[in-house]
Amino acid sequence: MTAITAEADATASPRRAGRVLYGASVFLLCAWVLVPLYFLLINTLSSPDAVNSFPKSFVPEFDLGSLSFFANFAGMLSALQNSILVAGLTMVMSIAIGAPAGYALSRFDFWGKELFRFLILLTRAFPLPLLALPLAVMFIRTGLDDTVFGLALVHTTLALPFAVLITFSLFSGIPMELEEAAWTLGCTRLTAFTKVVLPLILPGITASAIFAFVISWNEVFAAAVLTIENRTLTAFLLQNLDTSPLHLKFAGGFILVVPALIFIFAVRKYLFAMWGIANR
Amino acid sequence: MSARYLPYVLILPVTLFLCLFFLYPFVLVSQQAFTTGEGFTLENFRDVTSHWKFPISLQNTLLLAAAVVPIQVALALLMATMVNRMEKGRDLILYIWTIPLGISDLAAGIIWLAIFEQSGFLNSMMSALGLIDRPTTLLSYQSPLLVFVAIALAEIWRATAIMLVILVAGIGLIPKEYYEAAEVFGASPWQRFLRVTLPLLRPSLSTALILRVILAFEVFAVVQALGGTLFPVLMSETYNYQFVLLNGGAAAAIALIILGISIAFTLVILRALRVPKGATI
Repeated sequence: MTAITAEADATASPRRAGRVLYGASVFLLCAWVLVPLYFLLINTLSSPDAVNSFPKSFVPEFDLGSLSFFANFAGMLSALQNSILVAGLTMVMSIAIGAPAGYALSRFDFWGKELFRFLILLTRAFPLPLLALPLAVMFIRTGLDDTVFGLALVHTTLALPFAVLITFSLFSGIPMELEEAAWTLGCTRLTAFTKVVLPLILPGITASAIFAFVISWNEVFAAAVLTIENRTLTAFLLQNLDTSPLHLKFAGGFILVVPALIFIFAVRKYLFAMWGIANR
Repeated sequence: MSARYLPYVLILPVTLFLCLFFLYPFVLVSQQAFTTGEGFTLENFRDVTSHWKFPISLQNTLLLAAAVVPIQVALALLMATMVNRMEKGRDLILYIWTIPLGISDLAAGIIWLAIFEQSGFLNSMMSALGLIDRPTTLLSYQSPLLVFVAIALAEIWRATAIMLVILVAGIGLIPKEYYEAAEVFGASPWQRFLRVTLPLLRPSLSTALILRVILAFEVFAVVQALGGTLFPVLMSETYNYQFVLLNGGAAAAIALIILGISIAFTLVILRALRVPKGATI
């Protein structure tokens, strides 16, 4: 009897040690992600004086000095506005152009399908921001240079492969039979799509639209190359990195991070479904 | 409209868009790189590669990728397997771990600047522990290693999440029966990881690696925020040629060099991690 419990103890204690180690590593990895973000929050919610002083306090003083300095800095608010406009346009264009292709890939077997998929995958394997250099020349010729629309076109190129592959995986998740049933009940291809498929797919489409928004919102290089007067927030911050005071950088960084946090939270359910099939 | 033409109509917008904004610019950038005004020439490439900053920025870019990517693979694999056996709190932990996915490289650079700048949190912590009396300059010419470490940490912090997402999605596709069978035959957790998870994860691993390696060669804003001119990389050289030196041909030449390196690495990864013919999950 005692021998059995001793044996059980012997197997239980390494298991318990393993569980403690496991819990500790989960906790450490969470801290690794969250602590730097917390530091940024402290700096953002402190007065400019506190941001530049030493040593730093590890609790924010909840002073809006840095943020109001950011809001009053010349050109900052219009840069923020440009960022939102470009990201919004990118979101609309990449879904409007990408979703039909995703639908075609999931529903039809057509000649050249594999080639098309391969080309879409290939675009992901190219350093896309580099396209900004020749496009800068092309845009000057066509009058698109330094416009919100021109930059949105480049960002759409970045977001498009993702939009196609994600909508492809979303449409594949909806059984073809549903559509066929709608046809037998008198729907045309179009009405079957708008009445049956669209309501089912809408949350997923929203998620991939948000993903496109984040891609554009975060993009730095093309934005810095293609805009001069109408800077986006990332381009504006990058251009002023050498000259701007610390509290401006941190407040700017904070404004960049917040929408991203909210958006990733909004699409978290779809993140893995989106990548599951997009992989293949 | 007949179902025969419909798919082509549906993919037409994407095809046209990518031809105009993807293929055509590539033709343009190659043209720009190989000409200087009078016909075909390698002048731009010679100019760029003979500049004293080129070897150092190439070396920096490759070293950074070599330091960052393996750690990210290991970390992402560890996190993905940890999440896989998690019962409660899985969603919350996954959300926290994927937060950096939405954070731009510029913001990540700024976040790590808050830690490494002179009056930053690292110095504050060290002085609170009594290790230093006054704040020292951490990111300067005198400490190139520290600049490298700061940039590498920021990159690891920011870009591990994308690999994690791809790998978690990939692990989700592996049938549970394989693990049960392995367990029946007495495989330890470590053996199950090596013999079941890793081989079956190859497609996801290659996607994750390709995406990550290409982004590693494009590293730009993190470096600008933390190192500035202290740590030249290929992408910042491209930016300099375009805007400071106003030499579009040279910028295009470096762009093509980055592209060449990216394609070479993509092919190597595809070859190394290819799934044998006929094998499926």
